[in-house]
Amino acid sequence: MIFLNFFISGISLGSIYAIIALGYTMVYGIAKMLNFAHGDVIMVGAYVCFYAISRYGLNPFVGVALAMAACTLLGIIVERLAYKPLRQAPSLAVLITAIGMSYFLQNTALLLWSSNPKVFPSIIGRGSFKLFEGALSVSHVTALTIATCLIIMVVLSLFISKTKLGKAMRACSEDKGAAQLMGINVNATISLTFAIGSGLAAIAGALLCSAYPTLMPTTGSLPGIKAFTAAVFGGIGSIPGAFLGGIMLGVIEIFAKAYISSQLSDAVVFGVLIVVLLVKPSGLLGKQTQEKV
Amino acid sequence: MTMRRLINLKRVEARRIYLTYGIVILAYIICQTMSSTKFLSSSMRGMLVPICAYMVMAVSLNLVVGISGELSLGHAGFMSVGAFSGVATAILLQKVLPFAPVRLAIAMIVAAIFAAFAGFLIGIPVLRLKGDYLAIVTLAFGEIIKSILNNFYMGVDSGGIHFSMLTDTTRLLKGGRLIIKGPMGISGIQKISTFPAGFILVMIALMIVFNLVNSRSGRAFMAIRDDRIAAESIGLDITKYKMMAFVTSAALAGAAGALFAMNYSTIVANKFDFNTSILILVFVVLGGQGNMLGGIIAAAVLTILPEKLRQFSDYRMLLYAIILIVMMLATNNAEIKNFLTRLNPFKRKEEVE
Repeated sequence: MIFLNFFISGISLGSIYAIIALGYTMVYGIAKMLNFAHGDVIMVGAYVCFYAISRYGLNPFVGVALAMAACTLLGIIVERLAYKPLRQAPSLAVLITAIGMSYFLQNTALLLWSSNPKVFPSIIGRGSFKLFEGALSVSHVTALTIATCLIIMVVLSLFISKTKLGKAMRACSEDKGAAQLMGINVNATISLTFAIGSGLAAIAGALLCSAYPTLMPTTGSLPGIKAFTAAVFGGIGSIPGAFLGGIMLGVIEIFAKAYISSQLSDAVVFGVLIVVLLVKPSGLLGKQTQEKV
Repeated sequence: MTMRRLINLKRVEARRIYLTYGIVILAYIICQTMSSTKFLSSSMRGMLVPICAYMVMAVSLNLVVGISGELSLGHAGFMSVGAFSGVATAILLQKVLPFAPVRLAIAMIVAAIFAAFAGFLIGIPVLRLKGDYLAIVTLAFGEIIKSILNNFYMGVDSGGIHFSMLTDTTRLLKGGRLIIKGPMGISGIQKISTFPAGFILVMIALMIVFNLVNSRSGRAFMAIRDDRIAAESIGLDITKYKMMAFVTSAALAGAAGALFAMNYSTIVANKFDFNTSILILVFVVLGGQGNMLGGIIAAAVLTILPEKLRQFSDYRMLLYAIILIVMMLATNNAEIKNFLTRLNPFKRKEEVE
């Protein structure tokens, strides 16, 4: 039963990683860039949600919706200002700009909201379901996180595979030039990708802080790096890969904390990543690209 | 050897190398004079050694990123391996070798050896990967090194050296000293790093890298960077050359770490985290990939800049972020690039050649 408890909390943490990793993987798939500022968008989302709920007393779900709106807007603005002018630049320049953006968001948050940690109110209360006569307890937050992740996964897959915009996104990630010739507005599609990724980051922020209620300007960076790892783990650019990678990383992290050592859990997580990449260099579900001369 | 090699170089190349040495020596003389005539504020004087360490880090990472064309996001890991092994060596030698400069030199050499070994171990799996996957694995290794050092204990007593992981089970005899204290790192370090030592290390790093780059191996690095398949087809052993660049770079980073650590009285593993790796990468990218002088200047400017921005107190890191973004946008803007090329007579001539 304890094992099952750990497993469920692993899946819950993994669900949060998966939602964040989706943002990384979608942006990577289409813009071929590692958006290091993504983790800080999570933090911004969590702060907007926090203020909406505790300062203005709004319904938690309205708070999350507001946070999503704010993050979507933020994602689009960041893309327009910082990344769009660098479309043709070498990838390292874009990487450094993304890192600069990450510092920018963190320090703006520091000025606006101070470095004092805020106690985030859970968006769904602190109750829990009792199963098997109380032997297994699953908190509401955990259940909500897992459910949200599943819904996002299904909706996003349908969006990507069935809608016209989704098709445009896939076309852009395959070949931008050809997509443009087919009449797809590439810039708008990239903006849309950033918007969706950032909106998801807001949800992830609210869920993350509901489960781990300390909110600081640096809250987003470590989950950001972990989620990025999860995206690579599953094969960066692949949406089911991000989902699988996120869940697995969460489960491994919780098990490592429970059964090996809580201080070394990060080392175990990254160690597993390395082993996976050695066996399968393009991640679990990544496409193996054949190099041609 | 060095001389003959330099004469054989293309003139532009040789000019660039001499210019780099010249500027570094000149900067050292100016700083040393200013420092000894008390012209330099004490906060600036305290930054001289860290600046040298970061310069070596920039040169070291430039070898991997600029010359051999692989992105490493975990270079601070090698720096911390060097820092911990170097400081531990210096403490162990404290009684045997009272003369500080020799102790510092030995500590740096030991640090370089340990870091090179770490680089070799990490290089075996890492160098099989490519591009972003390689980057993420170096990031992962950086984090693993940090985690391990955070849980590592080492002590010395009359019975020899004892190690333990996770908790302190070294059980030292009376009179023993716990040197590495897990998350508390190493404290009570004698500050034996000096600015002249830093300068010498920068010069050594430059000599090693310039000699390597302008040798047969260096040309192989660049051939592999520019076209891996073509390089492989003319019989270059890709893994060997990549490993050579990686291990050399790790060794230099280790020596820099030892220099850096012995400028402070306490050192913890968390100092060398992902942000430090990124900071060094920023030096390299801002200075121009493959351009050693650029990296060195960027290291100096970006270490001094946050200090100079201190008067803006809360806004300083924000300003730093904005400067970083604006610089990247500006250096990649075609119009600004053209304008700069027109201003610089040196570059224009190069292009005509």
